[in-house]
Amino acid sequence: MTEPGYEATRSAIEAVWRIESPRLIAGLARITGDVGAAEELAQDALVIALEQWPVQGVPDGPGAWLMATAKHRAIDLVRRRASYERKLQEIGRDEQSRSEHFGEPDVDAMDDHIGDDLLRLIFISCHPVLSPEARAALTLRLLCGLTTAEIGRAFLIPETTVAQRIVRAKRTLAERRVPFEIPARAELPDRLASVIGVIYLMFNEGYAATAGPAWMRPSLCAEAMRLGRVLAGLMAGEGEAHGLVALMELQASRVGARTGPAGEPILLADQDRRRWDRLLIRHGLQALARAREAAGPPGPFEVQAEIAACHAQAHSVEATDWERVAALYVVLGHLSPSPVVELNRAVAVGMAYGPARGLEIADTLTGHPALAAYAHLPAVRGDLLAKLGRTEEAREEFGRAAALTGNERERAVFRARAAGRPPES
Amino acid sequence: MRYMMLLSGTNPATPPPPELFEAIMKLGGEATQAGVMLDTAGLLPSAAGARVSLSEGKVTVTDGPFTESKELISYALYEVRSKEEAIEWASRFLKIHRDHWAGWTGSTDILQVMDPAGAPPAG
Repeated sequence: MTEPGYEATRSAIEAVWRIESPRLIAGLARITGDVGAAEELAQDALVIALEQWPVQGVPDGPGAWLMATAKHRAIDLVRRRASYERKLQEIGRDEQSRSEHFGEPDVDAMDDHIGDDLLRLIFISCHPVLSPEARAALTLRLLCGLTTAEIGRAFLIPETTVAQRIVRAKRTLAERRVPFEIPARAELPDRLASVIGVIYLMFNEGYAATAGPAWMRPSLCAEAMRLGRVLAGLMAGEGEAHGLVALMELQASRVGARTGPAGEPILLADQDRRRWDRLLIRHGLQALARAREAAGPPGPFEVQAEIAACHAQAHSVEATDWERVAALYVVLGHLSPSPVVELNRAVAVGMAYGPARGLEIADTLTGHPALAAYAHLPAVRGDLLAKLGRTEEAREEFGRAAALTGNERERAVFRARAAGRPPES
Repeated sequence: MRYMMLLSGTNPATPPPPELFEAIMKLGGEATQAGVMLDTAGLLPSAAGARVSLSEGKVTVTDGPFTESKELISYALYEVRSKEEAIEWASRFLKIHRDHWAGWTGSTDILQVMDPAGAPPAG
């Protein structure tokens, strides 16, 4: 086999892996009851594929091949474990036998329950016993098939840190004997909120990098959106799952318009709306419609999506229904009170009822400890002051905003306004 | 990365068997469940369409069918992480046709959609 052919096969294997690994790991976790073991078994199957396929050719059904190979190894593992535990029991040493794995594994059920298994895998990866960082890393590993190096690049952390996080997370799940199951009705709202939180954290990390030179890291956005669609498909009755998808798609629709030719950020008001992604807007509005149809009162993600939809459907800043946006921020403030929500309400009120009214709200936030280092508070105040013609105060505020932000591109924008230049220059 | 997939082909004299539609629905379901399929639809024969062309400054309209080429059958829009992933989905789609509709021949053109963020395409 020639080198280019080998490389092509490797790329094909990688593509199959990306498509199949979540289903593979989910099905194997059902057999073994252990997410860590499931991932290792799936990896073993991948290694065998990497050895065999470049020589023997890619099988006709590569996904089924990986599944069959991994299943055989899973059955071996479960049998070995069962016989080991039986022997331990015979000599009376096993105090905490994992008797649930004694029977023959229900391998045939694997294909029938793949949707449920995927959902279980999502819930266990985002389990509250894990730290938020560990949840995100494990989710990217198990559900997106990303390597530790790729996860490290996405979060701007060393690969070794990611690897440790994942190892520790798997150990925690095993030690705490966290069951591989869909949460019971009573705990579902909290557990779903955790899943949605992890996905949105991932999205935000990609959408607006909080530090470093990159304004956004789009691959994380794409992964989060894909996961959101998977979740919404599996939990079609849950309004917040659709709300999450709607919010991400509507926000992502602006990605192409958010940066200028030199990579400088362009704020919503100055964006060329013809560059917004119509397909994502259409998708986002459809997801929002599904969220509205779902039972129960709207949750915070649905309300945020409603706000994003107000922007997505307006042809200009002036044409935006700012009164509706301001009202939606009141609702959001009740659902998830935060000074950042209040600051956003100040912007909307400023647009709907004039900068003086907006500034009144923003001024109530200046002493808030949670916003002491938040660059957008002085930036918003600066903008409202500028609109009121209080130029000197406005420039001071933008100077403060520039000193506070961790995003280099954003700092350049604030500095320009502090110097009295328009943001484009 | 977003890819537009355009399926074209030549149908045999036999009608498409129901198993084919079932398999297409199943694969489409898998792609949707995996969160990668953004949009898809079948296309009516070109006899129902028209072609507007520009040549030597003149715009002309011709009604279908477009006899000179294979018929376009469907389009699908995928959001995937690599061209290879798009190729894998397209291969699965063609294998379904092979397995369920003897005599059918066709191809899928995979075209990368320009990145809305303006990032250069991956080489």
